[in-house]
Amino acid sequence: MTTTTEAPGAELGKARLRKEDARLITGQTNWTDNIKLPGMLHMAFLRSPFAHARITRVDVSGALSQPGVIAAFSGADFAGEQGSLPCAWPVTADIVIPAHPPMAVDEVRYVGEAIAVVVARDRYAAADALASIDVDYEPLPPVLDIRTALDDGAPKVHEAGNKSYEWVFASGDVDAAFRDAPVVVERTYRQQRLIPCAMEPRAVVAQWLDDQVTLWSATQIPHVLRFALSAFFGIPEQNVRVVAPDVGGGFGSKLQVTAEEVLAVLVGRRVGKAVKWTESRSEGNMTVHHGRDQWQRIRIAADRDGRIRGLDVDLLADMGAYLMLVTPGVPLLGAFMFPAIYKMDAYSFKCTGIFTTKMPTDAYRGAGRPEATFAIERIMDELAAEIGIEPLELRERNWIKHEEFPFTTIAGLTYDSGNYEAATAMAKELFDYDGLRREQQERNDRGDPVRLGIGISTFTEMCGLAPSRVLGSLSYGAGGWESASIRMLPTGKVEVVTGSSAHGQGHETAWSQIVADQLGVPFEDIRVLHGDTLVSPRGMDTYGSRSLAVGGLALVGACDKVVAKAKVIAAAMLEASPDDLEFSAGRFSVRGDPEASKTIQEVALATFAAHALPEGVEPSLDSDATYDPDNFSFPHGTHLCATEVDTETGFVKIRSYVAVDDVGVVVNPMIVEGQVHGGIAQGIAQALYEEGVYDDDGNLLTTTLADYLVPSAADLPSYVTGRNETQASNRLGVKGVGEAGTIASTPAVVNAIIDALRPLGVNDITMPCTPERVWRAVQSANGGAA
Amino acid sequence: MIPAKFEYVRPSSLDEAVSALAEGGDDAKVIAGGQSLMPLLRLRLAYPDLLVDLGGLEDLRGVTDIGGDLLIGARTTHYQLVHDPLIAEHCGLLAQAAGTVADPAVRHRGTLGGSLAHADPAGDLPAVVLALNGTMIVSGPAGQREIEAADFFVDYLTTALGPGEILTGIRVPKLGNDWGYRYEKFHRTAQAWAIVGVAALARRSNGQVAEARVGLTNMGPVPIRAAAVEAAAAGADANAAALTAAAAAAAEGTNPPADLHGAPDYRSHLARVLTGRALAAAAGV
Ligand SMILES: Cc1cc2nc3c(=O)[nH]c(=O)nc-3n(C[C@H](O)[C@H](O)[C@H](O)COP(=O)(O)OP(=O)(O)OC[C@H]3O[C@@H](n4cnc5c(N)ncnc54)[C@H](O)[C@@H]3O)c2cc1C
Repeated sequence: MTTTTEAPGAELGKARLRKEDARLITGQTNWTDNIKLPGMLHMAFLRSPFAHARITRVDVSGALSQPGVIAAFSGADFAGEQGSLPCAWPVTADIVIPAHPPMAVDEVRYVGEAIAVVVARDRYAAADALASIDVDYEPLPPVLDIRTALDDGAPKVHEAGNKSYEWVFASGDVDAAFRDAPVVVERTYRQQRLIPCAMEPRAVVAQWLDDQVTLWSATQIPHVLRFALSAFFGIPEQNVRVVAPDVGGGFGSKLQVTAEEVLAVLVGRRVGKAVKWTESRSEGNMTVHHGRDQWQRIRIAADRDGRIRGLDVDLLADMGAYLMLVTPGVPLLGAFMFPAIYKMDAYSFKCTGIFTTKMPTDAYRGAGRPEATFAIERIMDELAAEIGIEPLELRERNWIKHEEFPFTTIAGLTYDSGNYEAATAMAKELFDYDGLRREQQERNDRGDPVRLGIGISTFTEMCGLAPSRVLGSLSYGAGGWESASIRMLPTGKVEVVTGSSAHGQGHETAWSQIVADQLGVPFEDIRVLHGDTLVSPRGMDTYGSRSLAVGGLALVGACDKVVAKAKVIAAAMLEASPDDLEFSAGRFSVRGDPEASKTIQEVALATFAAHALPEGVEPSLDSDATYDPDNFSFPHGTHLCATEVDTETGFVKIRSYVAVDDVGVVVNPMIVEGQVHGGIAQGIAQALYEEGVYDDDGNLLTTTLADYLVPSAADLPSYVTGRNETQASNRLGVKGVGEAGTIASTPAVVNAIIDALRPLGVNDITMPCTPERVWRAVQSANGGAA
Repeated sequence: MIPAKFEYVRPSSLDEAVSALAEGGDDAKVIAGGQSLMPLLRLRLAYPDLLVDLGGLEDLRGVTDIGGDLLIGARTTHYQLVHDPLIAEHCGLLAQAAGTVADPAVRHRGTLGGSLAHADPAGDLPAVVLALNGTMIVSGPAGQREIEAADFFVDYLTTALGPGEILTGIRVPKLGNDWGYRYEKFHRTAQAWAIVGVAALARRSNGQVAEARVGLTNMGPVPIRAAAVEAAAAGADANAAALTAAAAAAAEGTNPPADLHGAPDYRSHLARVLTGRALAAAAGV
């Protein structure tokens, strides 16, 4: 019954400047920290200086006598109402999910865990008064290494022990695949701990009026947060409004229900005033959930010609001290991605989730998929070296050919589309692959102290999270649909309400482009509303590269409904039958009589006046739609990286980087380019720069950006990007791009470093590949020779 | 930034500044560009009761040719050092090193005097001023005095500045055209501090290095001169092999720190490699 055009319209594919940027980059917008309310008070948290300790006494009375202080509370003061921060993903039936009070009551389990809160007239007074709170601790032994945390006699993080869960998956006969394989390569890789560093720190403001609370938070998930506040903290859902004003980045770190959000609500209720809290960067480094932190043992079995027989993966995943919103599920998002784009007979996967006395881990750009992609793309290079064939050639021998789509992988995913040959051919060309290989050989031949290496990553990922039934089968606590509404205003302008919650992605622009094409209205006439549960009551928010591939499709559904209804009204206006109307570029016209037509704006006005609506048609052109995908989407691409490695100092310079991505149909190429650039940068950051480091006592050493090195533009190469397009099997043909660059780039960079040094006998370097680590790897491969 | 409480004054003359500082005693601190002090205030690692802002003292800013030397006002910013024509002509090493400090925002605010007074062993400019044989000009309650760079850096974050003393300027001898220079900074990202830095000066004559001076950044609690290298390089042939050989002594007498970015042995190795490279560049090899 739909009459919308399926062909690419005028807006799709246009590199529109982003509508939202002026207010974002000039700082003129309502960042949460800019919000000031009458009588608003400020919170500061006293945080544990110990990785693990029993709290024997907390005395906040000293703080109460400090100037400007209104109230101070310990965890015990909220014991009756603070409950436990939720974990929405109990991945196994016997998973251990320890209680996680927003403020610790009798034991602290990581440095930075909140113990008490001061409420004062300004931030300075609140911060000053923290020093007047007395806490007695009995230190307990920290648990810092997941490789030994399950040993007999290891100190326990929780009463129930250090194991949270074990999750297994197997497909095909793995034993047989390995039993008589001519080649087996085994490696252990480290996914270091990463600290998401969104540009905007977390911030919250809570305001109660009567029994209704509004929480402004720099969050990615206003809808999930509203549900959580209601379901887990007993505030009736109809009385909770959550607003995510403009939010300055998340990368998964704001996909969380945090202690500070819950406490803002509870403390605000207790003191009867609006309260606010904004973290400092150092506080954020300590207490924003961290990412990655796994040990990966991976084994691959192959024939002599490189054909893969089987893959076996055994992960240890550091949960940190508690399970937060999706902590245990993150490594499992990678479970299905280890086989990547390759065909094989058998695959087995095991993941053990382990508690330590560190900040909990959770989703961080890519969430599970970068880890998997790293391990498989690294070991493909090792396998190629082992059997002596070109690493690209090895990949090609094993990957799914373009004519084989749709293809069901050994992990059970059905890849709908892709063309690995085309993406790789384009990447090789843009990269001058053969020329660089020649230069590499020349440098090796003359013993150049600066070696050249070429790194390959022929990655794919699953995104567009996610079909609700699949989430259900993985024991996830919610669905994966998205919602959208269209409000046709009387003057023909359009308000679009989306359930996804942009925090830098540019939805206001991309959504306008989609709606402009679907409804045939000008781009400028569209306003996109999001991030406030009063305005956008339904949604599953933004993460997992889902907004376009799920939310964008909900948008198309909502437009369909508007057009269908408008057509009935237009038919009445034109005294024609709806069946005789066609809709194109915003105009309903009678087939064969193009003069007889009405624009959708004219219909909108007529609907508003409602003077002559057809029998049974209600006066409104608004519509609501939800969309639940029936499959993931599978962006893929070929990334090639050339590094120059100074063997004398260990310094790695990225000389060139080519990224050819297939993200399906592109709505706005400039936004896609930005996502690819930023994504690659974040993956390079993991390869070369970033690591969250705890010392032997469990103190976080990387609390500032002088120690936690986030690269800037000055450290990164100019990317050469290309795009190959195969259409996803949804109506827009879109796949998603938010995480692709991050997933792809880490192994491309590390493979390039190893490729440069392999002739010297180096076959692994732990990430981040710091100059010191690179130098030491060269040293030990040289047998210690300088 | 949520620092502890402090009072703030912004004197308009040096005398006023000196007396404000003297009155404030141990709990008073000078603030210039704030680029080292403010991070400490933010982390509450420093909590002075009084900040004496030098921002009103225009005389302390800029570069003057005073004959054989340049006089650089303590408040001269890193950005000014990078762009000043006198610096470019007579001690380009300082401009080159200042250009490696942090990022444009920091370079526009941070000052030479602040860098030297702060005496962070990872700071780039102390080793440079040491290699340039600079002299600190200081005003305090007892009047003005001068301190040689070699005597100025006493310990980690500690200088020879006495209570109530303000660094007003730095005198550096002009270098002739026969001098070459190079600041080799080794760091992981463009904005990061030096893991090791080497400031090298070489005077070349007849295919040889007649005289060399090498200052090392972050090879101990204070910036140091690589005396053994200087001795070995003096009279050496101006070629890579000879200078690399001279640089082999770069870690002698150093006491490099250990931190997340490098262990002492790695730093010692870097000092040797970078010294060889810096000397070669300075000698035009
Ligand atoms: C992000 C960042 C990165 C940085 N990276 C580098 C780097 O790579 N290399 C580098 O060298 N530096 C770096 N710095 C430090 C920078 O160079 C500072 O500007 C400099 O160290 C201090 O100069 P200032 O004028 O800002 O001093 P302030 O911060 O104002 O003062 C620093 C100290 O010196 C004292 N002081 C200042 N001026 C005087 C004076 N005239 N007389 C007596 N005492 C005085 C103050 O009391 C204080 O103790 C970085 C700073 C930041 C914020």
